[in-house]
Amino acid sequence: MPFACIFVPGFAIAALLRAEPELRSRPLAVLEGKAPLRKVFAVNEAAQRMGIEPGMGKAEVEACEGLVLRARSSVREGSAHAALLDCAQSFSPRVESIAYGTVVLDLAGLEVLFGPLHKIARDLATRAAELGLESNVAAANNIDTAMVAASGLDGVTVIEEGKEADQIGRLPVEVLLREDSKGQDEIFETFNRWGVRWVHDLAALPDVGVSERLGQQGIYLQQLARGTAKRTLVPVDVPLLFEEAEELEDPLILLEPLAFLLNRMLEQLCARLAARALATQELWLEMELASEYIDNESTTAYIPEQAHSRQKFSRTLKLPVPLLDARTFLKLLQLDLRAHPPGAPIMKVKLTAQPTEPRAAQGGLFLPPSPEPEKLELTLSRIASIVGVGRAGSLQLLDTHRRDGFRMQRFAPGDPQERAGTEKPAGELVTALRIFRPPLVVNVAMRNGWPKGIICRQRKEIGGEVLWAAGPWRSSGDWWEQDPWVRDEWDIAVQTQIEIALYRLVRDVLAGRWVVEGVYD
Amino acid sequence: MSSIPQFSIAEGSPIVPTQAKHPELGGICLDRIGLERVGVERIRALPKLGQVMAASRLEVRPIPEMAASGVGVLDTLTGGWPRGCLSEICGSASSGRSSVMLAGLSAATQRQEVCALVDASDMFDPESGAAAGVDFERLLWVRCDASVREPRRHRITEKRNKNSAEMEPAVEQAMRVTDLLLQSGGFGMVVVDLGGVPFRTVRRIPVASWFRYQRAVEHAATVLLVITPAPCTQSCAMTQVKLSATGCYLSVRGEAIPAHAKLLGGISVEGELLRTRLVKPVRSVRAAFDTRAVRGVN
Repeated sequence: MPFACIFVPGFAIAALLRAEPELRSRPLAVLEGKAPLRKVFAVNEAAQRMGIEPGMGKAEVEACEGLVLRARSSVREGSAHAALLDCAQSFSPRVESIAYGTVVLDLAGLEVLFGPLHKIARDLATRAAELGLESNVAAANNIDTAMVAASGLDGVTVIEEGKEADQIGRLPVEVLLREDSKGQDEIFETFNRWGVRWVHDLAALPDVGVSERLGQQGIYLQQLARGTAKRTLVPVDVPLLFEEAEELEDPLILLEPLAFLLNRMLEQLCARLAARALATQELWLEMELASEYIDNESTTAYIPEQAHSRQKFSRTLKLPVPLLDARTFLKLLQLDLRAHPPGAPIMKVKLTAQPTEPRAAQGGLFLPPSPEPEKLELTLSRIASIVGVGRAGSLQLLDTHRRDGFRMQRFAPGDPQERAGTEKPAGELVTALRIFRPPLVVNVAMRNGWPKGIICRQRKEIGGEVLWAAGPWRSSGDWWEQDPWVRDEWDIAVQTQIEIALYRLVRDVLAGRWVVEGVYD
Repeated sequence: MSSIPQFSIAEGSPIVPTQAKHPELGGICLDRIGLERVGVERIRALPKLGQVMAASRLEVRPIPEMAASGVGVLDTLTGGWPRGCLSEICGSASSGRSSVMLAGLSAATQRQEVCALVDASDMFDPESGAAAGVDFERLLWVRCDASVREPRRHRITEKRNKNSAEMEPAVEQAMRVTDLLLQSGGFGMVVVDLGGVPFRTVRRIPVASWFRYQRAVEHAATVLLVITPAPCTQSCAMTQVKLSATGCYLSVRGEAIPAHAKLLGGISVEGELLRTRLVKPVRSVRAAFDTRAVRGVN
C-alpha cells in the first residue's frame, strides 16, 4: 500500500516566505522568544552564507546589513500547515498530520485517478508550490520510509518496494531522529561513538546487539533504517475551515497597505479552496485594532496606558453566488472597508472563507444574457458607495395597504428559466404614479367640499387652480396597531404655471393635513 | 472658349490634368478621376492624414435588434426600443412617460432580462410597477439620494467643467451609476429616469456623457432608455419619442354613481416620434393611446 509524505524543509522560513514572497531572494532570519532574549530560530540559505546560525542572539544579528528579521508567528505557521493539509487532501481523504510542515497521505487506489506514483508525487510537489510551499515529496510502501526519504532527499522521490534500504541508506543517520522523541541526544552520541554516520551503517548492525544496547528505541530506529518499520496511518478529520491570518509587527494605518496584505491572503485562500474544488459564498474579515494608537490625520500618537487593550473589528461579506476570484473579493473588501473604516490601526488580520460547492456556470443558449455575478457584485458595491447602503437593490412589496409599503433587499436575480412563451403581448398600459418622498405638504382651498386650489410652499411649481377633481377615495388601516392611518385620496388636475398636471392629493385625516402624494404620469 | 484654370492640391505641386474633349463644352476639361487618384495618393503620403480611414471602409453598423416596448401603438410607431442604442422618452409631468417606462420594464422582465432603473429623483412607485407587471426580482432599483455627498477626492473626474459642477448631486449620482451599470454589462434594459429632475438641471448634463453611454451600449444587447422632461440627448439618441397628455377620463361615468367612486380612470396620451435613425428620411409621426389607472393593487 503506497504512501506519500510531503515535507517542507525549514518550515518556519517557508511559512514566512509564503506570507511574504518578496523576501525570497533576501537573507532572512526568524526570531523566537521574548525581548530581550530573542534568538534566531531559523535562517534561510542566504542568511547561512552570511554566517547567521540558529541560536544567535538578536543583538548579534541586527548589525548584519541586508538581513531581514521577522518574529516567529504561530498564526502564520498554522495557516501554512492548513494549506499543506489542503494540498494533501486534494489528492486523498486519508491524510495524517505528523507535525507542522509534515503530512502523510495514503495513495492506495489513486493511481487509477491520477496516474502512476511518479506523477502523483510530482503533482503533489507542484500543488504545494502553488500554495506557496516548496516541499520534498517521497512515496514509498510504508509511512516511515516515506517520511525519512522526504526529510532527507530533496525534490520528488519514489521508492520502489524492496529498495527502501538502498534508497535511504546513503542519508545521514540524523534523519531517523525525531525532534520530539526523548533521549535522541544520547542515542546520537552513541551512534557517534560507534562510528555510525549513515543510515546504511545502522541497518547493517546486528539486531540483537542493537536491542541489548539501545532497547526498543534502537530496534525501531534500525527498522526505520532498513525500511521495514510498519505502522498504520492515523487519518485526521480536518474540518473544512479556510482561514488565513497575519499578525503585524507594526500597526497598519492606511487602507492601501492593508489591500496588499488582503490581496495576498485572498490569493492564498482562493488557492486552498481551488485545491479542494470549492468556492465561497461568505467571507469573514476579523481585525484586531490597536487602541493604544490614536490615528490623527498626519501622525500616529502612542498611548502606553492602552497598550494591552485590543478592539475587535469584523466585517462579513455575503455573496449571492459562490465565487472564487481573489480580485473580486479584494475589490469588495476595499469598498466595504472604505464605507466602514476600522477606526484604529490594525495589528492582526484574519480572513475566513465559508466553503461551498462551486456553481454550475453554463447557461442556456437561448436564454437572455444576465450580468456576471462577480461583476454584478462589484457594481452593486460601487453603487452602494455612491448612493448609500440600502438604496440599491430589488424591492419587495409588503402585505399592507399603507402607502410605500415595501422594503429593499439584496439584488440577486436568479438564473433565467426557459419559458414556453417568453414574449408577452402588449396589454393594457397602466397609469404610473410618481411618488414624492416625502409627500409635499400643501394648503388646499375648498369650495362646497371640493378642492379648488392648492399651494405648495416646498415646490412652487406644484400649485394652482384645480381644474378637475375626483374623489374622495377613503381608506384606513392599522387601527389595531400603534400607528393607524386614515386618508382621503383625491385625483386632481391642476393648472400649473407651465402645463396641466394630474396629482394625487391626500388628506391625512388623523394628522389633519393635506399632502400631494404623487403625480400621475 | 474659356480656359479652365488648373487645380492644385498643395502649393508648388500643380496637378497637370489629362486633357479630354468634353462633349458639351467642346473644349478641354479636367479628368476628375485622375485628379482624385493623384489627390488621394498625396493625402495618403501625409503622415497624419494617412491614418484616416476612408469613409467607404468605415464599419457598417447593422440594424439593431428591437425589443418590444410593451406598448403596441409605440411598437408600431418606433418598432420597439433598439438594443445597443440610446433611446429617449421626453415629456412633461402627466404626459405618460412613466407609464411607458413601466411597460418597457414589464416587457423586459417578462422576457427574463435583468433590468436596472436609475431613479434620479427617487419617485418610482412600487405599486404602479406591480400593477404594470414588473418582475421585481429582476429589477435593480437604484434610488439616488441628494443628501449623500461623497468626499471630493473620491470623485471620478478631477477636472470638472462648469456644467457638471452645477449638476445636482442626485443627477451626478445617476450619471455615475449609469456608467457603472453599462460597464458591468449583461442588463437587458437600463432606464435612467430623469423625469422628476428640473429641465434646467437635465440640460446641463454634458453631451459627452450621452455619447459615452451610447458608445458603452453599442456592442451590447442593452436597451438604454432615458426619461427626460424635454429632449436633451441630441444626436446620441437612436430613437426619440415625445409624449404629451391629450386628456384624462373618469374610472366610471353616470349620475347615479357616488362621487367617491369616480376617480381617475386613465390618461389619453399622444406619442410623437421626434427622431429615429432607423427610418430615413426621419418622419414626425404621431400615435395615440390610453393608460389605465389602478388603485389598491397591493
